[in-house]
Amino acid sequence: MIKNFIAKAGWPRIIIGLFLLSLFIAAPFVGVRVDTSLSNTLVRFGMNGVMVLAMIPMVQAGCGLNFGLPLGIIAGLLGATLSIEFNDKILALVLECVAKYNLAFMNEQFVIAHREAIGFASAMIIAVPIAAILGWFYGKLLNRVKGDEMMIATYVGFSSVSFMCIAWLLLPYKHPTMVWGYAGQGLRTTISVEGYWLHVLSDSLAINLNEHLYIPTGMLIFFAVMAILVWIFMKTKTGTAITAVGSNPDFARASGVNVDKMRTISVVLSTVLGAIGIIVYEQSFGFIQLYMGPFYMALPAVASVLLGGASVNKAGIVNVIVGTFLFQGILTMTPSVINSVLQTDMSEVIRLIVSNGMILYALTRRVRNGR
Amino acid sequence: MRKLFDIIAGNAVPAIFIIISAFAIPLSGYSASYLIQELLTRIGRNSFLILSLLIPIMAGMGLNFGMVLGAMAGQIGLLFVSDWGVVGIPGMVLAMLLGTPIAIILGIFCGNILNRAKGREMVTSYILGFFINGVYQLFVLYLMGWVIPVTNPSLLLSRGYGVRNAVSLLGIRGVLDNLIPTIVAGADRAKNFINMQGSGTFMALQIPCFDGEVRIPLATFLLIALFCVFIIWFRKTKLGQDMRAIGQDQSVADSAGIAVNRTRVIAIVISTVLACIGQVIYLQNMGTLNTYNSHDQTGMFSIAALLIGGASVSKASITNVFVGVILFHLMFIVAPVAGKNLIGDAQIGEYFRVFVSYGIIAIALVLHAWKRNREAEASRRSLRGNSNANREGE
Repeated sequence: MIKNFIAKAGWPRIIIGLFLLSLFIAAPFVGVRVDTSLSNTLVRFGMNGVMVLAMIPMVQAGCGLNFGLPLGIIAGLLGATLSIEFNDKILALVLECVAKYNLAFMNEQFVIAHREAIGFASAMIIAVPIAAILGWFYGKLLNRVKGDEMMIATYVGFSSVSFMCIAWLLLPYKHPTMVWGYAGQGLRTTISVEGYWLHVLSDSLAINLNEHLYIPTGMLIFFAVMAILVWIFMKTKTGTAITAVGSNPDFARASGVNVDKMRTISVVLSTVLGAIGIIVYEQSFGFIQLYMGPFYMALPAVASVLLGGASVNKAGIVNVIVGTFLFQGILTMTPSVINSVLQTDMSEVIRLIVSNGMILYALTRRVRNGR
Repeated sequence: MRKLFDIIAGNAVPAIFIIISAFAIPLSGYSASYLIQELLTRIGRNSFLILSLLIPIMAGMGLNFGMVLGAMAGQIGLLFVSDWGVVGIPGMVLAMLLGTPIAIILGIFCGNILNRAKGREMVTSYILGFFINGVYQLFVLYLMGWVIPVTNPSLLLSRGYGVRNAVSLLGIRGVLDNLIPTIVAGADRAKNFINMQGSGTFMALQIPCFDGEVRIPLATFLLIALFCVFIIWFRKTKLGQDMRAIGQDQSVADSAGIAVNRTRVIAIVISTVLACIGQVIYLQNMGTLNTYNSHDQTGMFSIAALLIGGASVSKASITNVFVGVILFHLMFIVAPVAGKNLIGDAQIGEYFRVFVSYGIIAIALVLHAWKRNREAEASRRSLRGNSNANREGE
């Protein structure tokens, strides 16, 4: 039975899991509170979960690991910054609509009281179509380069991030909290979302058991909803077709599936999830990181889903949940516990080795249909 | 007609860069002698690194993003040399000798990993670079000065172990570049120079109709030339021919009795060792070692330069290297100033050149994959023969 479990879970997960467990056990002895660590892990889990979820559609469609996640993140950043830029106008628009249609449950006070949630929703509403459009082009591109998706995705991500660096400087944003004070133009490198939609998800329904244990219920529920939506989608006819394309493109085409269309859908979905994911991340983190901020954001997400047991051409919701928890757990625990033991900050090095080691392991695993 | 189109398509990237430079150079307002000096320095500094990419491409392994492994090996050699205080050419040679075994081990490791990931060598070698970067940091930041003795305290962080972020390489700075001092100058200036320095120490050339002076890192250039000869010779050896055969078709090479995996490992080992030597040359020119960043961009800049020179993922020549290094670094020098003069913000030029570096790699990869898929499709269609023609006729 143990053998069966090991075979099912796979050695990397067991080793990393035991490592994480030993960190949690060791924590009290070196003066690190377990409940604080646990809440930190949960917060980070909620922050990163949706971005890891974004890996599933593309992996299932055989497009490989989405190293081009920064493209989705850029859409999310555009949504986030635009929602702040036009915050007043959006609120005014909502108030106007409420006054016009005279809805019973939504009156003026309700809107004012929920202005942060409205701002957050507007960020999403702006980001999703942008992500869908970018994702569509990105998908079309990836269809032409079958077999080399991962490397090209990496560089599509990099070049779009560096292109947006120029755009962030030149786009005519005017909002005083976002642009450089002295020049009056060009967005700042980090923009606080405080006063707009800081912790909208994290703090809704949040549970504070004591001052150390905090559960960001709203954010976890949001992740759960997104995960269930993705799960349901993968069970629909389209989702099944996507999986079929990923397992065997020739067979899928023989059964009348439009391979390129399914791949494009999966890339669009992945990009949209990336955009939503970064907004969830920002509302919890408190800051929008522009310029080179999104540069390496794909690597942790890729490493997480692989840590959860996904391979280059197969990934599921369980992989996302297990992987994100393990990866973020290690990120939370190593700085606090290892530093207390060794008196140095080794977390960065451990993160580099674990995450990239995990990706390497997945890339070199002998899989059927290697390309 | 078809041929003409192919020539234009094949050289589109260098052509675009020549056009960009043609606009950016006047905008930057740099003088010719400044630009030539900068370019010569950068050719000497970077060519060797870029040349190290050629052999894996020949063996059909694509762009060796794992060349940063060699760069790290070279840096470890340099760290020891500056710790022991060996200066001058002996210091540089010692750094190369210390780095080479590390590079060989890393190369064997890298080659074997890539053999397990055939068909996705590039992304694997790219991630491998990050992974080894983690190991490198573990070694340099924690083990050096703790497990591995470091005698020079100025090398270490104040906590007593781990190497500082910036290490001065003053002892070997420019030793290779200035080994054979050479100055090319306008007629008047050269005379002054010879009078000033004494004619024995400097090799000075006079060129009429040229004012300004340019120092040429002649010894570095000679080393690079030697290396180019090596590559040309290597292509003709048995091993080189084997690699080219593997690059053409692995299964055919295998049936022909070539040890495919072993040859691929050798290709990567050679590339890694050369990158190690190249990084030492690069850093002797720079004069300072950014312990945790120097190797980071080595791979990206070298690969971008090679591609700008008109190389592709499967085909690269020595000409591509030099055209690439000139065009890439021309843009590198003029872009920030041109951006500043054009829009009033140097940052834009800075971001622009980063964007171009990444964009050019992306485009080159896309074009390569696109072409390969189209060819595969075409060959499949030719197999179908008549039945397909009939179907299309319907």
